[in-house]
Amino acid sequence: MTYILEGSTGPWEIVVGLEVHCQVISKSKLFSGASASFGSDPNTNVSLVDAAMPGMLPVINAECVRQAVKTGLGLKAKINKESVFSRKNYFYADLPQGYQISQFDKPIVGEGTIILDMPDGSTKAVGIERLHLEQDAGKSMHDQDPKYSHIDLNRSGVALMEIVSKPDIRSPEEAGAYLTKLRAIVRYLGTCDGNMNEGSMRCDANVSVRKPGAEFGTRCEIKNVNSIRFVMQAIEIEAMRQIEVIEGGGEILQETRLFDPKLGETRSMRSKEMAHDYRYFPDPDLLPLVFDDAFIAEIEKTLPELPDEKKARFMREYGLSAYDAGVLVAEQEKAEYYEKVAKGRDGKMAANWVITNLFGALNKLGVDVSESPVSAENLGKLIGLIGDDTISGRIAKDVFEIMIETGDDPEKIVEEKGLKQITDTGAIEAAIDEVIAANPDKVEEIRGGKDRMLGWFVGQVMKSTGGKANPGMVNKMLRDKIMG
Amino acid sequence: MTDLTKLTLADARDGLAKGDFTSVELTEAHIKSMDAHRNLNAYITETPEKAVEMAKASDAKRAKGDAGKMEGLPIAIKDLFCTEGVQTTAASHILEGFKPEYESTVTTNLFNNGAVMLGKANLDEFAMGSSNTSSYYGNVINPWKTADGKDLVPGGSSGGSAAAVAAGMALAATGTDTGGSIRQPASYCGIVGLKPTYGRCSRWGIVAFASSLDQAGPMTKTVRDAAIMLGAMAGHDAKDSTSAPVAVPDFEAALTGDIRGMKIGIPKEYRVDGMPEEINKLWENGIAMLRDAGAEVVDVSLPHTKYALGTYYIVAPAEASSNLARYDGLRYGQRVMEDGDSLDDMYMKSRAAGFGKEVQRRIMIGTYVLSAGYYDAYYNKALKVRRRIYQDFENAFGTVDAILTPTAPSAAFAIGENEDDPVKMYLNDVFTVPASLAGLPGLSVPTGLSSGGLPLGLQLIGKPFDEETVLRVGGVLENAAAFNAKPFGQEG
Repeated sequence: MTYILEGSTGPWEIVVGLEVHCQVISKSKLFSGASASFGSDPNTNVSLVDAAMPGMLPVINAECVRQAVKTGLGLKAKINKESVFSRKNYFYADLPQGYQISQFDKPIVGEGTIILDMPDGSTKAVGIERLHLEQDAGKSMHDQDPKYSHIDLNRSGVALMEIVSKPDIRSPEEAGAYLTKLRAIVRYLGTCDGNMNEGSMRCDANVSVRKPGAEFGTRCEIKNVNSIRFVMQAIEIEAMRQIEVIEGGGEILQETRLFDPKLGETRSMRSKEMAHDYRYFPDPDLLPLVFDDAFIAEIEKTLPELPDEKKARFMREYGLSAYDAGVLVAEQEKAEYYEKVAKGRDGKMAANWVITNLFGALNKLGVDVSESPVSAENLGKLIGLIGDDTISGRIAKDVFEIMIETGDDPEKIVEEKGLKQITDTGAIEAAIDEVIAANPDKVEEIRGGKDRMLGWFVGQVMKSTGGKANPGMVNKMLRDKIMG
Repeated sequence: MTDLTKLTLADARDGLAKGDFTSVELTEAHIKSMDAHRNLNAYITETPEKAVEMAKASDAKRAKGDAGKMEGLPIAIKDLFCTEGVQTTAASHILEGFKPEYESTVTTNLFNNGAVMLGKANLDEFAMGSSNTSSYYGNVINPWKTADGKDLVPGGSSGGSAAAVAAGMALAATGTDTGGSIRQPASYCGIVGLKPTYGRCSRWGIVAFASSLDQAGPMTKTVRDAAIMLGAMAGHDAKDSTSAPVAVPDFEAALTGDIRGMKIGIPKEYRVDGMPEEINKLWENGIAMLRDAGAEVVDVSLPHTKYALGTYYIVAPAEASSNLARYDGLRYGQRVMEDGDSLDDMYMKSRAAGFGKEVQRRIMIGTYVLSAGYYDAYYNKALKVRRRIYQDFENAFGTVDAILTPTAPSAAFAIGENEDDPVKMYLNDVFTVPASLAGLPGLSVPTGLSSGGLPLGLQLIGKPFDEETVLRVGGVLENAAAFNAKPFGQEG
């Protein structure tokens, strides 16, 4: 569905491209041996290279290169066997070298694609422009001292992958779906933990508006938005601001803006005129990064099944809808959980239980699937109990409630609470006879053609058996007895 | 007892091996010489106590039968090499007081091979200069004087190293060469200077000037000494991505004295307009010496030579402007700021006070050529020309084994000369810069005297990683020239 913003002059379309910085999962930094771990005491993970001591030289970390190639393969992107590191020059207190080593005109990964899974089950392809490796800067802290700023260089030199999309995104929802999918892919690959609140995934959004079908408008870049929800909000708010400016007879100036989620507005940070001249040039301390097909093939062998392939397989093997399959593969842990539940059982029923009942319950508890009180084995057993008519679907819901509370084995619960379904014809017949005897008038109504009353009788029988009677049997036997 | 400061590195090595003297004696003789020649300002930091300590340790090591390639030999270290616990300034105010917590790979290699450090030799600030007049710690004076006793520059940027070796204040010295900073001062001071192939010696721990050009090398009294010292400096270093993973040969073994049948190229483009006749003559003499030794001398063409200096003065400042960004007053070195100053104020004040005029000039040139709108016209074009210059050499080396040229267009000049005209100063590098841009080994050997009685050197340029041929031919040239003139006070 096309996303349109209505202005006073008619409909507007938005055009969005995203630049996402993903912190690479690696033991050490991109060009030094210092630890890349998060959460250490300030300035404890700093090598001589990270502090830019005189005469220190960068040496590329092969692990980070492998991670970037792996991510490129996950994005179905072109891997560039020769790429070049360049220096991006600017002065700042948390940038010890006075330049960031990045990749400019020759990135390690070229064009690729991400398939978005939209909430309505539809999909959309968004192009990837490039992925390049670069160093992170340190952290400036301005609130530690009234007079001085404090600098923590732990992050200085940590490897980042900057993943740039093409301007293919047309709505806040697509932007959200893009980030969700990208995060799923890097998490599946194990190349980035994707935690936006810890800053290991950061997003800049380039936003412009245009009349449907017109040329691209002038874009503004919204910097460093730190959650998917905020990215979606920022895009909408910025698009509306731009429409207002244009419709008010103004002009959009290319600039960098900041999103303030509290005030719900974007603010100008730096105009184009004030933009840095980064004086990019190839870093003479590093040779071009060159590897061969064998290197790529080696990495390709380590690729896990990725969300798109898994989704297709779930649809094929378990007969799931695109939507259900999409929900299940969104996180690797969810997909794994589901497959354990579904193994050897009705895949669709398993999907229903996992998505509706389990995810619903986990949501209420506010925990991840990895912390679920109900193990996949036990949920599988529960579905098994329904499948072999040991319990009814309704009883199963009660058993599930208990499982969420206690984490117990459903077989044990059913056994202890005596919840086994009554399939004994004699017992059911006795219960039916009792209800018929007590309600002769209602029996007549049915016989007079009021079919719907049959349901009432089923309910009464179920009630008198504590819900344990097999509903199918009750239905059939009632019909036989009354309708004769 | 002979004056130990007059020995060559090779003689001193052999003398130590024979037990004629100890490293402590050798070192103390040089410390005395440093005292006597302090007026030359060859050292920024003298480390006599450390030297004696190292010498003692070396003598003890030798007594145990464990002697390295340069065991017990006292040398000067250009103050561009980071030395652990010893002030390293790059001759700049901005690094005054900076004591690294690490040792450069080249000095580590030298010390592991037994070398003794006498001190940190003066240089042009951040190795930018051809006269050693841009040092914050004062200019170096060439041990050679004009006939009427006037002071001369030692050349640059390794002017302190060259002066120290020429004046007997060190048996040898490390230098670094970016556009001629080893070869030109070697020529001006009448010693041997070898810029190895780019990648032969690790750059790790050397304060960077222009990363794609900087290369450490030996500055010595003889070609043999250069061969010995290079062997103790060189080697692949995983900490420097541009260090070449090639084996270090026995360079001294290359000095066979036999160059019969070798082809020596003479590039016609090096006959530049206005070149002094005495330089031409020096070159002709050199050609004759090699021919007499059985080499075949052939003309070669290096057509892009005339663009080399311009290319160099784009590439080197561009890299320098970025390399020197780290001197920001934040983590080490000089910081200038007052209460209420912003970060930008601190940068500007610290860098304005910390860097001298020549360094500032090159930072500005480099910043300009990398700027948006100028990058393609300058930096990018310079890279393309650089490639052509390399190809020129590649073509020439298709037919010749080495190339012979003058090292510099003149002998040492008076202190203060050329100071008002940076371009004229830059012309000193005209013969050395092409080999730097091509990353090739270049050796300067003193082969004659100017009309004013000052030393002049010839340069041999070799194929990549073929320092052996350069040294072999250089050895023959040295023998034939029999250059034995000594600077004032060093005669006899």
